Amino acid sequence: MSPRPGFVLEVDRSSPPSLLWHGEGFRLERLPVGTRVVHPPEPLAAIEEPDEAIRHALEHPQGDSAPLSALLRPGMRLTIAFDDVSLPLPPMRAPDVRQRVIEAVLDTAAAAGVDDVVLMAALALHRRMTEPELRHALGDRIYDAFAPHGLLVQHDAEDPSNLEHLGQTEMGEDVEINKRAATSDLIVYVNINLVAMDGGHKSVATGLASYRSLRHHHNVHTMVHSRSFMDQERSELHSSNWRMGRHLAASGVKVFQIETTLNNDTFPDPFRFLSRREWEWTARDRATYLATTAGLARAPDRVKRTIFQSMRAPVGLTSVQAGEVEAVHRLTTANVYRQQLVEVEGQSDVLLMGLPYICPYNVNSIMNPILVMCLGLGYFFNLYRGKPLVRPGGALIMSHPTPWAFDPVFHPSYIDFFEQVLAETTDPAEIEEKYEQSFATDPWYIHLYRTGHAYHGVHPFYMWYWGAHALDHLGRVIIVGGDPAAVRRLGFKSASTLPDALEMAEDVVGRHPSITYLRCPPLLMADVR
Amino acid sequence: MKALQFDRSAARYALARAAGEVVAGGGARVGPLRLVETEPPALPGPEWRRVAPLLAGICGSDLATVDGRSSRYFEPIVSFPFVPGHEVVGELADGGPDDGARVVIEPVLGCAARAIEPPCPGCASGHTGSCERVAFGHLKPGLQTGFCSDVGGGWSAALVAHPSQLHRVPDGMADEEAVMVEPTACAVHAALSAGPLEGRTVAVLGAGTLGLTVLAALRRFCLPGAVIAGAKHPEQRRLAAELGADEVVNPDGLARAVRRRTRSLDVGPRLSGGADVVFDCVGSAASLTEALGIVRPRGRVVMVGMPGSVRVDLTPLWHREIELVGAYAYGTEVTDGAAVRTFQLAFDLVREAGLGRLVSARYPLDRYTEALAHAGNAGRRGAVKVVFDLRHESRRPTWRTE
Repeated sequence: MSPRPGFVLEVDRSSPPSLLWHGEGFRLERLPVGTRVVHPPEPLAAIEEPDEAIRHALEHPQGDSAPLSALLRPGMRLTIAFDDVSLPLPPMRAPDVRQRVIEAVLDTAAAAGVDDVVLMAALALHRRMTEPELRHALGDRIYDAFAPHGLLVQHDAEDPSNLEHLGQTEMGEDVEINKRAATSDLIVYVNINLVAMDGGHKSVATGLASYRSLRHHHNVHTMVHSRSFMDQERSELHSSNWRMGRHLAASGVKVFQIETTLNNDTFPDPFRFLSRREWEWTARDRATYLATTAGLARAPDRVKRTIFQSMRAPVGLTSVQAGEVEAVHRLTTANVYRQQLVEVEGQSDVLLMGLPYICPYNVNSIMNPILVMCLGLGYFFNLYRGKPLVRPGGALIMSHPTPWAFDPVFHPSYIDFFEQVLAETTDPAEIEEKYEQSFATDPWYIHLYRTGHAYHGVHPFYMWYWGAHALDHLGRVIIVGGDPAAVRRLGFKSASTLPDALEMAEDVVGRHPSITYLRCPPLLMADVR
Repeated sequence: MKALQFDRSAARYALARAAGEVVAGGGARVGPLRLVETEPPALPGPEWRRVAPLLAGICGSDLATVDGRSSRYFEPIVSFPFVPGHEVVGELADGGPDDGARVVIEPVLGCAARAIEPPCPGCASGHTGSCERVAFGHLKPGLQTGFCSDVGGGWSAALVAHPSQLHRVPDGMADEEAVMVEPTACAVHAALSAGPLEGRTVAVLGAGTLGLTVLAALRRFCLPGAVIAGAKHPEQRRLAAELGADEVVNPDGLARAVRRRTRSLDVGPRLSGGADVVFDCVGSAASLTEALGIVRPRGRVVMVGMPGSVRVDLTPLWHREIELVGAYAYGTEVTDGAAVRTFQLAFDLVREAGLGRLVSARYPLDRYTEALAHAGNAGRRGAVKVVFDLRHESRRPTWRTE
């Protein structure tokens, strides 16, 4: 039976309560009659022989690229860059698709006699991956073959001796990437394309770039003018990365792009009910829900976090394409859309979301309040094509515990951003102007980014900018069930219950607003007409 | 007359200490402090004046005394029983010249008040806070009014003061402003004794009366480059920002704020660099430890809050060659090349910065236990300075004839 597409269901009196994510937990809410619930499509069928599909893609490239085997020769410098721990979400069951792809690339390189090979995690300004995370992404065989010899590296955007400035785009954007990659005869980039924003020229132009380069598109102006940043046709973020990618190519940097897409089979067996439509829940689903919520209610935060963060997604590969970047990415995007697009007719007054425990930047860590903002107003709000699910001046209601809690190892600059910058202002433009430079060049944050596992000092700013379009668009943001002090610090309103939140939204949307509930994850992208 | 009197009683002192550990100000209920009917103090000499207090503040050192936390260091320089209260605005009340005029008491009982000739080097140079003779002369020991059994204190209907202690309150200055002059003088002295601060990074620990007045003094007299304040409570944070802090953070975020501002690195419990000068306006082991951790090598820590007996690791003091200096009371300051009495500068600052607003609550003497409990928890209760309001006590008590 072919998977059912996503669809919009209007709540009526007979509808069962809807499941809302709430951090490391979830709740069933009886939504007001008339609420539109946007359900994600069911998972597409996974490719049955992924290794074979990967090898086929390498030898049958897209665009004007030669097959990978034809690009490899003895004596060449080969850099294999790969997406970091921020993808996919949740981390996928082993073997990770990066492992499968890189094993195939290494086999091809070995057959061609290439012996100068470096593996490189494309961190941009993300934190360095831990050894277990690298082992999970690459597999023990690759890790043990490369890491002990210093051939498995993590891009360091603050190592001036290992950055190459390749000039500026026609728009004056600095293009500066990792020197080893820039001076390689070939970069093979191994991507996981979870959402439509990922991949394409963004892989190298962002993943291997320096702050000097990233600041040209990771800024408030770009984000406010990306409507949405998930929609390549209307994304300034995309345009800037494409200019940089083309500049790289014109500068002689050769990239062989390998992109993969995954289905949205997101949750393993015990949690399958999270993907099912509520009216199709079996007695076992209901029992599992009750048992899980009862258990979680009693568990300390640390235990809950451990349970959820150890979840491995049973996602399957739906496509793999390789070759010239833009040709590859056109196919990739089509495959992402094939899995995620859901048609929605028009906007509503209120957009409702349940935010889960994870976003790209808190894998194995705490979802701090800035990441709550970024996930809701950045990622989820921007999961649209056409126009936002909520009208200009409308209200966004998000459900998440939003604890005033931070991971001091992964997110040290977030703590200062939250406690000192947001205490002064929540206006993205003002924050950018007054504070970005000092955080971006802070020697302590740079030290922690380079030697520990800390996100770069400027990263919380990017998280805030990610929500700039939503902040610009919305009339009110309300968080249900959050720590009131943390929610206030974000500049949002805090509500104890969904009915309270709807009442608090009344003065911007009236007493009988139209409501859309984005039931996500599993991931979907609204095609709003 | 009515007075709050502090007696020497080891048993009650121990009780006060126990109660004060449970709740700040709790020592007032069980300790040596009692509300009594007593005779007004006699005039120690012909030039002395009688003063009827109008408002008298409750200071951190008073609370430490009431709660049995004072250092035994003070034993030789106080005399029992004493009437506390050294932050005083009152009226001259003896029928002498300017009778009825309002005055602020400069409470240090230095050589002039003690009729010691020649004066000690401290008093001779105008630094009365450094008087070497506070246990000598014709007065009983007492470093200040409020700690000497011969002169009384502000927590009563009457005290006596030497003319050298009296400062006329300018017309138009409210009592609430005038009662802030003494603590403000402490802050002015602390700010001006910290060395040159122009363009420097300064951190202030604590945002009670001392911390807030230090902030105001820094902004008025020292032109620092940046002032970062650690303040625990919302009202304190609001006032700290209003009074001149460039950045106000929770106390647990102060080290991070200083680190970020000075672009230092974090080296375990301390910063690689740090603030040029740190004002410790708390005076606890924790605050001093933090001050030593966030001041730069060869920087200066100014102890403004009264510390008492604390246990602190002084290794950073040695290793980083930090200067640790105390800032007690006041005397004479040099600003713009001229010597000026600290109190004069304080009068100006109180008026310019509107420090009268720091007076948050007024209590009659009868409700002293409530007043001290309020003062002990001032920050948490949104208050800064709690004072006794004696304006409604019976005035001009019958003075004892000489």
